[in-house]
Amino acid sequence: MSEVKLRAALKDGKCEVKALMTHPMETGRRKDPQGAVIPAHYIETVELLHNGKLMLEADWGGAISTNPFFSVSLKDVAVGDSIEVRWVDNKGEKGSGTVKVK
Amino acid sequence: MTLSTEEVKTVTLQQQQRRLFIKGTLAGGAVLAASGLILPRLAMAAWPAEAFHATTLDDALTKVFGSSTLEASDKVVLKAPGIAENGAVVPISINAEQLENVESISIFSEKNPTPFVARFSLKPGCVPDISTRVKMGESGDVIAVVQAGGKLYSARTNVKVTVGGCGG
Repeated sequence: MSEVKLRAALKDGKCEVKALMTHPMETGRRKDPQGAVIPAHYIETVELLHNGKLMLEADWGGAISTNPFFSVSLKDVAVGDSIEVRWVDNKGEKGSGTVKVK
Repeated sequence: MTLSTEEVKTVTLQQQQRRLFIKGTLAGGAVLAASGLILPRLAMAAWPAEAFHATTLDDALTKVFGSSTLEASDKVVLKAPGIAENGAVVPISINAEQLENVESISIFSEKNPTPFVARFSLKPGCVPDISTRVKMGESGDVIAVVQAGGKLYSARTNVKVTVGGCGG
């Protein structure tokens, strides 16, 4: 289980969520110095939850940069609410992170 | 309640059959899971493999939206650097707050070996303002497609890549 670094801050009545994941995001097209293809290994599905309720669902391919970052804003969020981001990659490996809104 | 010997036999047989059936089902399930046929999924909707494997922009658009016809809209604000020094990390942001009922925001990179980059599906309460970082193999257009109220709106911008990000 890999940790997702999360920031969630209220600003102008909205909550800006920033998520940073640790992942190689290998496309399956790169070759190592010996010329062997490096197998595809990338995050496919990401979910963002506010107090356990699904707010955003993303499908990704290998073209999202290594150590993926994304940000989005949510409405109707209060201080102390919980924000969770979780992902699953093409090998079935998972990561997640939870933060309380400040 | 009392049962005759005959009835007891029948009941036992039924129980045995049921046990066998349950055992069979469990074993089958374990085999499926072990062989990777059932991948753990967070979401119910399946990851759109065909769209991600499409090798042309038109094909990728058709696989995602059922059509490759896009209408440009100034209500989709796409921000990307004009020149990206590193194609491996190109910051992209898409704002569609001028549109109502935004259902999803998708990103395509025209010249990538597989142009479909990502789709973000939003629930009500989620502001349609997404930022992320993508890889670009070479200079070309980045296309944002916003699905709102059952319609498609798009914006595109050219990014010059000085060092490609897809390697190989």
